Amino acid sequence: MKSALFGFLFGMWVLIIIGGGILVTILGPITVTGFGDLDWFIASVIKGVIAIILVVVWILILSKLKNFIFKKEINS
Amino acid sequence: MTELLIPAIVSCVVAFFVVYFMTPPLIKVLTQRNFAVKDMNKIEDVMVVRPGGPSIIAGIIASEIILYAFLQLNEILAIIITTSAAFVIGYVDDRKVMKGWFKPAALAVAAIPIIVFGAYDSDLAFPLFGVVQIPALYLALVLFMIPITGNTINSIDVLNGVASGFMVIASFTLSICLFIVQNYEIAIVSLPLGFVSLAFYKYHKIPSKIFPGDSGALTLGAMYGAIAIVGGVEIIAAVALLPAVINSFLFLSSVKRIVEHREIKGKPVIFTDDNKLEATNDKSAPVTLVRLILAGGPLSEKQVAFAIFKLGIFSGILAIITAFMMDVSL
Repeated sequence: MKSALFGFLFGMWVLIIIGGGILVTILGPITVTGFGDLDWFIASVIKGVIAIILVVVWILILSKLKNFIFKKEINS
Repeated sequence: MTELLIPAIVSCVVAFFVVYFMTPPLIKVLTQRNFAVKDMNKIEDVMVVRPGGPSIIAGIIASEIILYAFLQLNEILAIIITTSAAFVIGYVDDRKVMKGWFKPAALAVAAIPIIVFGAYDSDLAFPLFGVVQIPALYLALVLFMIPITGNTINSIDVLNGVASGFMVIASFTLSICLFIVQNYEIAIVSLPLGFVSLAFYKYHKIPSKIFPGDSGALTLGAMYGAIAIVGGVEIIAAVALLPAVINSFLFLSSVKRIVEHREIKGKPVIFTDDNKLEATNDKSAPVTLVRLILAGGPLSEKQVAFAIFKLGIFSGILAIITAFMMDVSL
């Protein structure tokens, strides 16, 4: 069981690294022009929505990972 | 760097000894006033006083004021005010049981001084991939981070010595990581958190003479989050905290709502005849880190605590690797 927990920790760490890469490569380059002073605000809203979607996806993957690793324990 | 040596040593000594010498009289006062609760992880009726938050916050404030006298950083003021506000929020919850939403909402308010003092950098740094600029989004992150770290440490305060012992590991890891990313001033500012936790662990370890209570756990967690923000090491801090994050994640994904532990009827852990802890078969009980550790068979409270510390050390190593990866770019 304890080795499974270490595996789950490692899996979370890998997900954080990959998630960071996606954030930097997708969110980083987003810029909005044509709305004057609102450019930064609209860009932030778009970044915020994408970030929330990524967090939801991250949690779903984590849930699948949890069910896969701890299937026996959670169902017992 | 060498000019930081004296403030670092003085603040660490003060942090440790304020908590070390203040906690015994606090235990005496709390005992006289009968501020004691049953230790839920003992079969027999063992009463333990709480909260230990007052001695923890005293150690933090005393050491950080000394650091402010030397360094004059707005970041220190932001940390002191945010941490003190978290202590007050926790103390209110210690005295009067509040609704589940109270602590997250109030801790978000406690994060405001970090924004007011401008003690943050809105560039979020990731290992291997560099930074992402999220000026508006980062403000929301600040308001989310303090409630998350505060409640995460509070949620792992389940066995004798675990919250303070885990904080010793996580906070010293954070200090090491801050040195690795060459943020020396905030690294020095972060050191008292580890020494305060270490001094409190002496009284909190098995068998506990005092519990930190919400005031102690939220104080430790909020200061950890505040240091992560002002030090620009949010991702590293999250990695070091992973065992506690797993505990919160497992709990929330099994109960599927934000709720106080005391409102949950099913207990994740039961006792064996020889006073060991065992995972329950109760399907209504939440899945927690302790329950998963016990899935392999019954263990003593001390063995479970050490298993959590081992996970803390493992995630600390991952955090240090992450800190080294900050300088590497793909």
